[in-house]
Amino acid sequence: MTRTARRMGAWAVGVWAVVLIALLSALPIRLSAQGTEVERGKAVYEKWCAQCHGEKGDGEGPAAHAMLPRPRDFTRALYQVRTTASGELPTDADILNAINEGLAGTTMPGWKTRLSAQDRQALVAYIKTFSSFFEGASPQALDFGKAPGGGAEAIRIGRLMYDSIGCQKCHGSAGRGDGKSTAELDDDFGNPMVAADLTQNWLFDHGGSVENIYRTLRSGFDGTPMPSFSDLIDQKFLTEQELWHLAQYVRSLSPEEEPSVRDVVVAARVEGGVPTAPDDSAWAGVDDYWFPLVGQIIRKPRLFTPTVTSVRVQAVHNGDSLALRLVWHDPSESPDPRWLVYAQKMLNALSVDEAPPPRAQLWPDQVAVQFPRKIPQGMDRPYFLMGTGTEPVYQWRWRSEPRHAEEGTARGLDRWEPQPAANQELGAQAVYDRGEWRLVLTRALATSDTTNDLQFAAGRAIPMTFFAWDGSSGESGARAAISTWYFLALAQPTPARVYVAPFVAIALTLGLGLWMVRRANDGQGGRGNRI
Amino acid sequence: MRSFGAIAAGLAVGLACGGGGGGSAERVDTGEQPAVPAAAAEASAIQGGATVTGRVKFTGAKPSNPKIDMTEEPECKKKYTAAPTLETVVVNANGTLANVFVYVKSGLPGSAKYTAPATPVVLDQQGCRYHPHAMGIMVGQSLEIKNSDPLLHNIKAKAVKNRGFNISQPRAGMTTTRTFGAPETMVLLECNVHGWMSASLGVLPHPFYSTTGSDGTFSLKGLPPGTYTIEAWHEKYGTQTATVTVGGTETKTADFTFAAK
Repeated sequence: MTRTARRMGAWAVGVWAVVLIALLSALPIRLSAQGTEVERGKAVYEKWCAQCHGEKGDGEGPAAHAMLPRPRDFTRALYQVRTTASGELPTDADILNAINEGLAGTTMPGWKTRLSAQDRQALVAYIKTFSSFFEGASPQALDFGKAPGGGAEAIRIGRLMYDSIGCQKCHGSAGRGDGKSTAELDDDFGNPMVAADLTQNWLFDHGGSVENIYRTLRSGFDGTPMPSFSDLIDQKFLTEQELWHLAQYVRSLSPEEEPSVRDVVVAARVEGGVPTAPDDSAWAGVDDYWFPLVGQIIRKPRLFTPTVTSVRVQAVHNGDSLALRLVWHDPSESPDPRWLVYAQKMLNALSVDEAPPPRAQLWPDQVAVQFPRKIPQGMDRPYFLMGTGTEPVYQWRWRSEPRHAEEGTARGLDRWEPQPAANQELGAQAVYDRGEWRLVLTRALATSDTTNDLQFAAGRAIPMTFFAWDGSSGESGARAAISTWYFLALAQPTPARVYVAPFVAIALTLGLGLWMVRRANDGQGGRGNRI
Repeated sequence: MRSFGAIAAGLAVGLACGGGGGGSAERVDTGEQPAVPAAAAEASAIQGGATVTGRVKFTGAKPSNPKIDMTEEPECKKKYTAAPTLETVVVNANGTLANVFVYVKSGLPGSAKYTAPATPVVLDQQGCRYHPHAMGIMVGQSLEIKNSDPLLHNIKAKAVKNRGFNISQPRAGMTTTRTFGAPETMVLLECNVHGWMSASLGVLPHPFYSTTGSDGTFSLKGLPPGTYTIEAWHEKYGTQTATVTVGGTETKTADFTFAAK
């Protein structure tokens, strides 16, 4: 072999050696990069997720027993919010979406702004290791297409679909979750569950847009009673467009925008009698105010998952009487023996403060409106959670059974004294209609019991807050939905001087100005002083 | 996407075979006991082989099954002359127990491989009840779910070793076909619109299973020679096992007894 040939041969061997070494060393780097992603995910999971989802991914973290729905059991690989067919695994994007956005209306928050993108991707990789179903699987997202145009006709067709498919069986004919089948529902693990209130789309687990509603209809919520309706399309019982119209109809049941809180309920002033009936047409023109309610978790026994999550309030007065209208959603008209099993399940699932859990009783639905006993001068208000022994609060309490409203004094969560019957001056009328309570409470602005009754006055900010109980969910006593202090202000008629004063001011100013000019001119002998 | 093609193909087969006959308005006269067919000849078309047969007896006071209130579903309620009841414990007139799923739990040769039959197992929703209430199916065999009621049923399958599902059939005449890839005793089926509806499905890799009917008997045919553990499963009374050794073409008897609790 020539020297050149030998040199070329050596080069060839050298090049191949370098290539081989590079390949061989790249391999373990790639393998450990994957291994590193799962390890990274494990570290993130144990820091942020295990408290609810459990170290073993089985949904049995220490915080889980105070949550409904329970945190997901990843070992079962039953995922609720997906873009895949019923029974199918979620795609990686589905899992990442749940991590990013959370599940509205549940205790799963969104982590998009709290964890880095790499951390969240790593979590997806780690979570999949909890179930062998993911090995070798490549779940496919359904092809959803695009929403067709909406409008009144689309919504009309959607409503026809809603009735003919049978949505009202669980979701109710007005979509408030009060369908006849809803009392018996539970998830795959025996935990109680009711059908969603379709009028509160900001609480939809999958999100409240038309697209998200459509995806839910197609994929179903695995692990819950909500089925997939894709087979109807596959078997040509309805078209994709009709299912889209159903999604558009469901969307139309909720407001355009998520409601926001305005702190002051203005009681408009009306002429004549105040409307005492909840469905009086006079209420249609009255501004309504939305307030959220949360579970009472300060004093035991605590309520972690209340039924009533918001209340709408309207108020009018005529200078003599005040009428307050409250509207809230409740899938059950309590007490109702058909809901006893559900009530016991709720108590069993969430009674972290009482062992054994209390026995479910036929508790009524209730609501309370709370005021201080006197309108405060400054911003001081009594303790919002039903006052204290030293500073009690004045409350109106309404109960569905026996149907009754009364005034009384509260000195804390467990000290309620209704006023004697002779002093009761509260009027009440209530209607339960397809998952919705509508209640009007009326009282004279001024009463003779000035010690215990708040005396309403116009033009003042009167602190006001709300409580609600759904008896059929096991809610009573301290297990209440609560709110925080807002305000009620009774509008005053605009006094005449408001209109007259500007003219008087203009006249005075003009007059004064003219007089000064005149004086200046006179002082110069009337010639004016031209410079 | 691809799975839809498979389902569509399966549906075409299902519809061609039996989907057209649904929606009959027959009255289902139940009284205390629903009409349950005698032990169905299920997937044991093995030539020759031994047979294990027997009865599942019930001792003790016959429990009364709670009545079902179908007031909310008049289309179903009108199909019954007497108030229908849950089918949790169905004791036959001859003192045997129906809806007991009996199957070979172990003992088959390890190399044995059995092909799922092409005919589907049919699950019908009629009068807001599942028919049958308990049944077996082979891994890979089609379960054809029919709706004979003109109203919404959802069919939820709760499984651990298999992928469950939750699908809906809002119309009479709808048929959906699913298969199960892993052995599992038992997959539970339920309707959430009608909370009283439930059924149980045993998924097995072999054809040696049988569900007791109105005469309380079961029959496992075509067994190769060997020693078998036979298990009897009931939704309320749990499981019992028996060990049976068979050879050739002989027939052996194994009875089970469940006692009232």
